[in-house]
Amino acid sequence: MHTSTALGLAKKALENRGKQPSADATAALSLRMKISDLNFYYGAKQALFGIDLGVATNRITSLIGPSGCGKSTLLRTLNRLHETLRQARLEGEILLDGEDILSLDVTDLRRRVGMVFQKPNPFPKSVFDNVAYGLRINGCKGGLREAVERSLTRAALWDEVKDQLHKSAYALSGGQQQRLCIARALAVDPEVILLDEPCSALDPVNTAKIEELLFQLKENCTIVIVTHNMQQAARVSDFTAFLLNGQLVEFKPTPQLFTTPADPRTEAYITGRFG
Amino acid sequence: MASASRAIRGPGLSGDPRAFLRRLQSGDEIAHLTTLLFGASVLFITGLLVYELWVNSALARHKFGWAFLWTRVWDPIFENFGALPFLYGTLITSAVALIIAVPLGLGAAIFLAELAPPWLSDSLTFVIDLLAAVPSVIYGLLAIFTIVPLLREYGEPFLRRTLGFLPLFQGPAFGVGFLAAGLVLSIMIVPFIISVSREVLLAVPTDQREAALALGATRWEATWKVVVPFARAGILASIFLALARALGETMAVTMVIGNNPQISASLFAPGYSIAAVIANEFTEATGDLYLHALIELGLVLFLLTFVLNGLARLLILLTAERGAALE
Amino acid sequence: MSLRRIWRKVVNGAMLSLTGVCALIAVSVLFLILGYLVWHGGRSVNWSFFTELQKPVGETGGGMANAIVGSAKLLLLASLIGVPIGFLGGVYLAEFGGRTFPFIVRYTTDLLNGVPSIVIGIFVYSLIVLRTRHFSTLAGSVALGLMMIPITLRSSEEFLRLVPRSLREGAMALGASKWKTILTVVIPAAYRGILTAVLLALARVAGETAPLLFTAFSNRFWSSGWNQPTASLPVMIFTYAIAPYEDWHRQAWAAGLVLLALVLATNLVARLVLMRPGSLPRS
Repeated sequence: MHTSTALGLAKKALENRGKQPSADATAALSLRMKISDLNFYYGAKQALFGIDLGVATNRITSLIGPSGCGKSTLLRTLNRLHETLRQARLEGEILLDGEDILSLDVTDLRRRVGMVFQKPNPFPKSVFDNVAYGLRINGCKGGLREAVERSLTRAALWDEVKDQLHKSAYALSGGQQQRLCIARALAVDPEVILLDEPCSALDPVNTAKIEELLFQLKENCTIVIVTHNMQQAARVSDFTAFLLNGQLVEFKPTPQLFTTPADPRTEAYITGRFG
Repeated sequence: MASASRAIRGPGLSGDPRAFLRRLQSGDEIAHLTTLLFGASVLFITGLLVYELWVNSALARHKFGWAFLWTRVWDPIFENFGALPFLYGTLITSAVALIIAVPLGLGAAIFLAELAPPWLSDSLTFVIDLLAAVPSVIYGLLAIFTIVPLLREYGEPFLRRTLGFLPLFQGPAFGVGFLAAGLVLSIMIVPFIISVSREVLLAVPTDQREAALALGATRWEATWKVVVPFARAGILASIFLALARALGETMAVTMVIGNNPQISASLFAPGYSIAAVIANEFTEATGDLYLHALIELGLVLFLLTFVLNGLARLLILLTAERGAALE
Repeated sequence: MSLRRIWRKVVNGAMLSLTGVCALIAVSVLFLILGYLVWHGGRSVNWSFFTELQKPVGETGGGMANAIVGSAKLLLLASLIGVPIGFLGGVYLAEFGGRTFPFIVRYTTDLLNGVPSIVIGIFVYSLIVLRTRHFSTLAGSVALGLMMIPITLRSSEEFLRLVPRSLREGAMALGASKWKTILTVVIPAAYRGILTAVLLALARVAGETAPLLFTAFSNRFWSSGWNQPTASLPVMIFTYAIAPYEDWHRQAWAAGLVLLALVLATNLVARLVLMRPGSLPRS
């Protein structure tokens, strides 16, 4: 990739912006989540080193970096999904609305912080049951139909599936399945949604649909997205964090990161010298 | 509620009672404990099994000691019991079964893995798996009325005429006997050898085959000299497993072995196997010593199959390691 | 072509054909068995076979109604014993547990699986029959149930493990606790395979004779409740086949046909309808 493409990225980043946040990353904004001095270990191997990051409310924050830099690992600590791995160990502090997530009940945390995965993973149930799943297990019994319709509408999928609610989720196309997973995550009304490379298994048309969706969602929801696609980060996010080898190298409002990166490693990555 | 850096460990390592109680409330620990109990029940059952076998063979073990294993006599009237005729019968019939079933099974497995097109291979394997599902007593039923008369009228006289110089094929032809039992057993264990060997052969990496063919080997040579040796641990394991099954086979053997606790060099002679004598005489055993002797035979059988199964598992483990090491 | 090459080609052709012959022999055995049973048993299977009891020695006719019902009772209780233990044990191995304890459980399960069925019979005899001083359907069911445990356990574990991680994570990310995830997502995703395995286990123990010989024993009449000895199809086949009466042989064929038909039908249904063949674990 050449410098001209980097300029192109920067231009894109400057477009599509609503309010432009001030220079010091998230200083003036309220933070939905705050990560302080996070260290993460797989057994004896350390994967994340002293991460400090603030996730701004109702904004999209993207995590970028080369393969293996730890962005997915970081994402998964935010809803404590790392605890499904035996050898995973966390040190440091992660706050959600000021509360330490490690002291919260984990199932409650995961209702408030939802996740969409890289490969669509709908349950082998009907479309309706997929979306209703989160509601049911959290004890919600009445008003399911309205809630399901609401979520599917928010995920821009309602019109496409409203006549097929009781068909198997696997009958949907890949892009539809991913939007179904988004609807499923939205159904429990989370404060934060984490997306782990949600478009990497999708074609450009569906990718565009989902990116469009994210803009609408951020009005009520805080979004953190991991992406290996820099153009996507530039298009979509308000803030971008660049990770390398488990360290947070730079964290800035997106246009600034892509136009005036402070760290030479950031510049090297976004101009394609490695990655 | 912010705290300074605090190490949080993964699940299962909690030393905090409050965390434990919280997990308990959420149902996870209950689920864990419940399923663990059911899993542990298998240990309990197996332990109990060994215990009962041990305790209920005490009279015989104390009376005969280790000599039980090489005593030829089985005399319920004078209460002198020895396991040798049954060990002999069990081993001989299993040996005959293996001699017939291994080449047959391996040949069929090679055909299914290397030669047959996938649709043929899958459908034939399906049929062979069905064979494995046929109950032992049905094999026995068929054997009594087909194999035994055939052996008596044609098979054994033929063998006596052609190979009668060997002590194996001498003596009168009753039909029932070691040969009949070995033959039925071979049919019963062939499906296991075929299905396991086929899977093992299919798992051999294609580049092994291709390397041989690229050197100009014929298909047979590539198969026999490269693929089969590569898979030999797995094939050997399948033989061990088949053998373990053969040792424990009761009904079909009982119905055609002739029920005579004698050791004989000839395959035509009627004999007895451990499982067969237990099946036949258990409910008629008069006296505790008799019963305990039979149970001790059961213990011997259990140990035999235990050792064999252990060896088979070891072999499979070794093959898996070797396969993994090559990747 | 040199002589050696010709020879190699000949050997190649011969050996490869030989393997085909082996496969043919193996497969035709099944058809021979079926054919023979249908020929001999088909003639004797009639209405009275399914409805009447055995006639006394010397009289012809009669049926095996009590044996059929007896087998059904035995299998019912056996599944009630074997399936829950096996299934929940399988859930434990697949979803919980660390390294050593599950390894021991797995190893012991395989050990139990390899125990000859006659030894299981001895075990249940000493456990139940000796203590209650009589043969019983209960004892027979326990013996069969014990045999179902290892098969059900290992199969349940395998099919549960096959459920992809992403499905579990999807449920947990929505706030489902571990046991809820297992109950509402993992088990439903694996149920077909597990059901198949249970059916196959049932078909396997349905044909078992040895463990019943001294637990459920046999019964010329109807057996009521669970505490009386009971006739069963496999034991009847054995008893009648080795007897010297021609009529009993005829009935043994009939019983053999009925038993094999049931066993094969269960296998076919399980393998073809519930699961795609080729993706089943070996017992």
